[in-house]
Amino acid sequence: MNIFAFITNVLSIGIPFSVSLLLASTGEMFNQRAGIFNLGCEGIMSMGAFLAFMAPHTLQGTALEPWANMLGILAAMLMGGLMGMLFALATVTFRAPQGIAGIGLHMLGWGVAGTLFRFFVGGVTGIPGLKPVFLGMNALAYLAFLLVPASWYILFKTPWGLKVRAVGTYPRAADTMGVNVARTRYQALIAGGVLAGLAGAYLSLGQAKMFADDIVAGRGFIAVALVYFGRWNPFLILGGSLLFSIAQSLQLAIQVQGIAFPYEFAVMLPYVLVILVLAFAGGSTVRGPAELGKPYNREKRV
Amino acid sequence: MKSWFRVLYVLLIALGAAVAAIGMGAIVLAILGKDPLAVYTVILTEPLRDMFGLTEIAVRMTPLILVALGIAISFRSGILNIGAEGQIQMGVIAAAATAIFLPGLPKGLAMPLSLLAGTVAGALWAGIAGWLRARLKVSELLSTVMLNYIAAQLYGFLLRGPMIDPAELQVGSGTPQSVRLPRGAWIDRIIPGTRLHYGLVIALVAAVLVYILLWRTRWGYEMRAAGAEPKAARYGGIAVESCLIGAMVLAGAFAGLAGAVEVTGVHRRAIEGISSGYGFSGIVVALFGGLHPAGIVPSAFFFGLLLIGADMTQRIMTVPANMVLVLQGAVILSIISAKVLIADKYLFERFARSLSRRVAKRETGEHAT
Repeated sequence: MNIFAFITNVLSIGIPFSVSLLLASTGEMFNQRAGIFNLGCEGIMSMGAFLAFMAPHTLQGTALEPWANMLGILAAMLMGGLMGMLFALATVTFRAPQGIAGIGLHMLGWGVAGTLFRFFVGGVTGIPGLKPVFLGMNALAYLAFLLVPASWYILFKTPWGLKVRAVGTYPRAADTMGVNVARTRYQALIAGGVLAGLAGAYLSLGQAKMFADDIVAGRGFIAVALVYFGRWNPFLILGGSLLFSIAQSLQLAIQVQGIAFPYEFAVMLPYVLVILVLAFAGGSTVRGPAELGKPYNREKRV
Repeated sequence: MKSWFRVLYVLLIALGAAVAAIGMGAIVLAILGKDPLAVYTVILTEPLRDMFGLTEIAVRMTPLILVALGIAISFRSGILNIGAEGQIQMGVIAAAATAIFLPGLPKGLAMPLSLLAGTVAGALWAGIAGWLRARLKVSELLSTVMLNYIAAQLYGFLLRGPMIDPAELQVGSGTPQSVRLPRGAWIDRIIPGTRLHYGLVIALVAAVLVYILLWRTRWGYEMRAAGAEPKAARYGGIAVESCLIGAMVLAGAFAGLAGAVEVTGVHRRAIEGISSGYGFSGIVVALFGGLHPAGIVPSAFFFGLLLIGADMTQRIMTVPANMVLVLQGAVILSIISAKVLIADKYLFERFARSLSRRVAKRETGEHAT
């Protein structure tokens, strides 16, 4: 096999892999820039993947069928936004510790998706006759890549982006200058939730073309890690997502080449990679939001 | 007067949290077209009807208590262990391997040795995350989650490969499970004919030991101090980094022990899905029990009941057992929010002031009439 074809092969599988990671970690970047560490991203993705799967599954053969994918994606985004709001209620309004709240949100989303799926659908099922009808999945991929410069612009060149960065860096100062800290954090969490929902939708509709309980398989957590790795910068996060997905497709390609090693170790690889990456890049919070993970209480004396 | 306000305040918040958690579950049940009240009734009462249900609750309590004790130690020390799921699996593998590869040991030796091996394996697995956090500042939340996925793959690999029951290969069914452990490694059953085993006693003893460790020894004090206010603890001469690693290792040790007890007491061979979500349930049990052994034991009973109840609901009312995850997630979000509100002095002050104003108004109104 010639090397050129091999590389093309790896890239053509790897780049689509990166889309869900990219969407989720861009969303998580907005959360973290606003000072909120949302570990529930994984749960939001589960719900997004489930809803996006459910729309074409149930609307098959109805008048709405041509719109099914689109409706599924919208439902996933809406649910993502709602779950972001729920997380904001717990961590911003009630100031609950964010790490544990994230685990709670993850379990909630994962549990609801699993319960509804098992009740309404049953075992593992593909989406029958899924075709890119109105919005092809490639369009979603292009959208994800366009989102990189767009979110850079939003974050660094718009008043809202400045507010987001301000409430994540020095909320008291932002509050003093008249920025509504809670509202900005809510907005960032809702935006992040919408993107995580979209990431889940891409996973079930575009990538796997099916749904299973554990379809997200830690991608939400990897997305959170990529935000650290990408130093809270959209372009570096894009680099990280590509690096990860290409490493994964490389591993698949090597397996196809017939180099035998237990596939469990191949599946393990991305998770090991996350730990290694965090070990080298995880500690430093230089250029990161200074108040990441700390609830803001304007009544508290400093 | 004020203490009454305090009680009322705490009660109101607890009630709000309970309503929120039950309500979130009810919404999901309503989507399924089930009567939430009926489902909740089945979950909460069905397991209590007979001996089978009661002993099965106790069987679930054992790993829940052990895992939750470890999580309580870690949370109190300021390091969040959410990797119990993987640590349990490492404990299962180590305990099973020890029992299988050292057959013919006398009972008094084989069983403790297996439990010890499981404990050490869990401790080492968690130690990775503790070390990464203390030395390289890697968020333990992310590293423990990743270690969960890695452990799951490692566990699957060992059960499908080196540790698979040769009989499975001969018959060709290929179920990924180990051979049956030699009898010497078994934990005996308390009531013959049920799965209730002496592991429960181990868990209860562990609860007492954890209480002594955390509140009656210097190490416990240092760990709690490091968790409560790391800067102050460091200023006071406490080696915070060592506390973090120590707490994580202990948390992993308890999770590993839970796995070892589960494999030697209940299944007696390593099977797939043996951890069955105890790692995550343990977090809920620990939080619901107020991160204190005296609270964890009843809390483990409650969530053991919930786990069995959800299994029964699946059979009786076709509500998928995943429902338990929904309830656990809702409980976590509600508890941690309620905890912050209860500790919020300003909010309480505001509540007490408005309440006393209202009481005063009503009293003056009564005098007027």
